[in-house]
Amino acid sequence: MGKRVGIVGVGQTHHASQRLDCSGVELIAEAVTRALDDAEVTLDDIDAIVIGNMDHFENVNYVDMWATDGLGSCMKPVIKVTTGGTTGTSVAACAYYHSASGLFDTVMAVGWEKNSESDTQAAIATCANPVLERDPFAGAIGPLATEYSMYMEAYGATEEDSARVAARDRNNAMNNIYAHNRMHVTVEDVLNSPMLSYPVKFLDMCPRSDGACAVIFSSEEKAKKLAPQPAWVHASVVRHDYTHFGDLAWQWMPTLEMATLEAYKIAGITNPVKEFDVAELYLPCSTCGVKWMDSFYFCERGQAPKLIRSGATHMDGILPINPSGGVISCNPIGATALLRVGEAAWQIMGKSGDRQIPNVKKTLSSGFGGCSWTDIMILGADLP
Amino acid sequence: MAGWKDEVEEIIFPGKICVPYSWTVGSTLSKWYVQLRDDGEIWANRCPSCGKVYVPPKIKCIDCYKDMNDWIKLPGTGTVETYTVVHYSEPGLHPKKPPFVYGVIKMDGADTGLVHLIDGVDPDKVKVGMRVQAVMAKERDGHITDIKHFKPIA
Repeated sequence: MGKRVGIVGVGQTHHASQRLDCSGVELIAEAVTRALDDAEVTLDDIDAIVIGNMDHFENVNYVDMWATDGLGSCMKPVIKVTTGGTTGTSVAACAYYHSASGLFDTVMAVGWEKNSESDTQAAIATCANPVLERDPFAGAIGPLATEYSMYMEAYGATEEDSARVAARDRNNAMNNIYAHNRMHVTVEDVLNSPMLSYPVKFLDMCPRSDGACAVIFSSEEKAKKLAPQPAWVHASVVRHDYTHFGDLAWQWMPTLEMATLEAYKIAGITNPVKEFDVAELYLPCSTCGVKWMDSFYFCERGQAPKLIRSGATHMDGILPINPSGGVISCNPIGATALLRVGEAAWQIMGKSGDRQIPNVKKTLSSGFGGCSWTDIMILGADLP
Repeated sequence: MAGWKDEVEEIIFPGKICVPYSWTVGSTLSKWYVQLRDDGEIWANRCPSCGKVYVPPKIKCIDCYKDMNDWIKLPGTGTVETYTVVHYSEPGLHPKKPPFVYGVIKMDGADTGLVHLIDGVDPDKVKVGMRVQAVMAKERDGHITDIKHFKPIA
């Protein structure tokens, strides 16, 4: 068992389709400065840094060195972590490991992406096996579309169900001053938006954004001194699969189910819908906001459409999902999963502004990446 | 391994990922490039805390993490700290045909080196410690090659 660790500060940039006012390094500086201010600390308090992004997205292959002036990492222990879409939760997990190990007290996790600087889909295609699957199956939209069409057939989920999720998240983003896409949309708007890849439509799918996020983790004694209400880490679990699309269990999502079950076991969660007050989930497409509910064990297998239709996951429901607007409203890829952790931490710390859920005691955050990888982090207001 | 060619037929897939890139220089470097392009001047910025002067400018001081809003115009002269004479050809990478010289120029008035080409001199005559000055391109478009090269100070 590691030492107990809490989150004491969170910073994020204002996200946009193109942040032409700043370079990638300046984006990082914006998030780092805001996280330090949020925690009311300086870089002198930071004992180590973990940073991550997707190398291919900006054609920069050693951001840990290249971004030093924005990151504030000169002569500090720094590790770069890059795991595709899960990068943000991987840097969070890595920062947590650093602090929980007892080797470092206060550790800053930083995720960033300047997606406007390249062709995101072309870069994402490199995650598929180049001599077998890249040509027929690569890209972000197609695999998500195929898994939902299977789920629709198996359980009677509909395009309207995923549109409900899209409308929920997009309308939630109206309360988030940092989000990239802030638009009021109806279920009908989603259903009437252009078809990208059946059954996924334009408003179902995430954008790609420019942005960065920084989250500061600190060991128990230090965290208590730094923050009136740290967001304590109750569980941090990582599960990765291998990358042959043809072999994946499309009807479920094994990495998500295994990571979730393990995290629930560690954190003692038996009834997630009741026990969590907020979930900030990496749902890259609204269809995942239906199908994956089964795999988060929020309902019995195949009951996700019923859960979504009940309104239980809306802001006034029993388990609000993505008060921030989630990934379909804002997707600076290397920061996206870290935003899930940072947003959940802010909910516990009471710093979520217009999107604050009252009296948050326990939260669930997830990261999703590449060919179905999952990271889970559970945070709590009380010590684990 | 010697006989593997009898057992394995070589099948190699050629690949090319076409990913275009465009890098936003950002607020700090945009000031620098505008000065270079519009006035043919090389500027530096100075840390308000430790006083270190950086060229090219930094977003924040590497040592102090302070904002760098203190700008200084440099005279454009400097000293060759180190160099090499390039004799091999790499058309996709090199800005000109070999032989040519590049190196690190410690700029007068700054604490850091600027990496650039050294020309206007026989490559064999370039020396560490040589005094040089920047030669600006006639047509400038806000790029590092707006500085054409550094040449020896006569």
